Amino acid sequence: MPNAKLQIGVLAVQGAFIEHERILESLGAEVFEIRQLRDLDRHLDGLVLPGGESTVQGKLLCDLKLFEPLRQKIANGLPVLATCAGAILLAEHIAGESKAHFATLPAVIRRNAYGRQLGSFFTENEVAHIGKVPQTFIRAPFFESVGSDVEVLSRTASSNTDANATSATKQIVAVKYKNQIALSFHPELNSDTSIHQYFLNLAK
Amino acid sequence: MPEQNRYELNKNLAQMLKGGVIMDVTTPEQAKIAEAAGAAAVMALERIPADIRAAGGVSRMSDPKMIKGIQDAVSIPVMAKCRIGHFAEAQILQAIEIDYIDESEVLSPADDVFHINKREFNVPFVCGAKDLGEALRRIEEGASMIRTKGEPGTGDIVQAVRHMRLMNQEIARISSLREDELFNRAKELQVSYDLVRYVHDHKKLPVVNFAAGGVATPADAALMMQLGAEGVFVGSGIFKSGNPAKRAAAIVQAVTNYTDAKLIAKLSEDLGEAMVGINEQEIALLMAERGK
Repeated sequence: MPNAKLQIGVLAVQGAFIEHERILESLGAEVFEIRQLRDLDRHLDGLVLPGGESTVQGKLLCDLKLFEPLRQKIANGLPVLATCAGAILLAEHIAGESKAHFATLPAVIRRNAYGRQLGSFFTENEVAHIGKVPQTFIRAPFFESVGSDVEVLSRTASSNTDANATSATKQIVAVKYKNQIALSFHPELNSDTSIHQYFLNLAK
Repeated sequence: MPEQNRYELNKNLAQMLKGGVIMDVTTPEQAKIAEAAGAAAVMALERIPADIRAAGGVSRMSDPKMIKGIQDAVSIPVMAKCRIGHFAEAQILQAIEIDYIDESEVLSPADDVFHINKREFNVPFVCGAKDLGEALRRIEEGASMIRTKGEPGTGDIVQAVRHMRLMNQEIARISSLREDELFNRAKELQVSYDLVRYVHDHKKLPVVNFAAGGVATPADAALMMQLGAEGVFVGSGIFKSGNPAKRAAAIVQAVTNYTDAKLIAKLSEDLGEAMVGINEQEIALLMAERGK
């Protein structure tokens, strides 16, 4: 297997972490769940911050004393794949809120940017270095702005017909900054594995 | 009619709630306490089940204004209940852009035969189920999430445990059936062959399955998670207890680390008074018998 022996930790405090684990395992990586501080005792080649509710995950990270050790690892260059709630955890600023979480990604992200569940949508779209991929947006955020050294990987226009006229402008939904890949959408909900493979290449 | 991907998107939202706790709240203040304590979503309702049970009478959908107040107070998903079969209440909840509708036996049923045709809606539905047949019938009608039908407002976990165990046993039984036996099983369960086939092939429901009804302590939540629940609803258990914020946060952590008894022991310390429970034998009204 090309990805054999890669040790990938998946934050498993809340949300859709099993979906990430299945895809990473199908690609040959060795996957383990991070639920407590002691789970960080082992070697990590990469970290996945899954979708779920960012407020819940942010609180549990602190309650379980995972926050600071993980923040340091990310700041020190550990490859990270963050989807939806995970991207909110990484962003330096959350629009309209004074508090952020890891704040390791120079970007402003807006929570529930497409509205409530009725604004959730599915589309297919180009992602730089990877190609066309399925993109599932669930009460998704998008990036309002990113730092000058952040690479924009994908922009998407909402297909949601209920959305107002501004949805015609394409929003930033995938970015890369050094070791961090952050996505508004959920590659773990579709069978396409190309984004996870791209992440594993970064973790090698 | 809903667009093609809508049902998938609605099942996906339930996936995002996994490993989380969904809490009943009656005011924006309670919603904020729940969110701060780590709720993955809140259920907005005028009266929590324990009070519905105490008050008696007909119980209906909550005031949309009250629900909107809660929507404005938090960033997490907001759910609300409509009566079984009351599709007009569901239409109203969809109109105010609720994130999930619970077609719930906690409210008085509006129809004693038909459930809502949930396939006609864009918003997702969660429904209660005591066994696999009920679960698959609700999924056939368009539910994108299932929960146990533990007896609401009692603080008694026994029914939720019974439903979860029964569901697991029935799924295991279907998985072990020969392919040519699935047609008859579909007939017995009054559901389509395709659904029975899915359960046979995947050894699970095609949607996320949560525990609900009677969860009052971190240990109750851990019990349900170990029995296979993918997350937990807590109704009266939090805001009918002595220290709601502390109890809520403890239940949230117990759901994440549901096999770590040492941690749950610590979480269970000094939680104050738990809600007063009522045993199964002491109640006149079994809400789980509503809607089959």
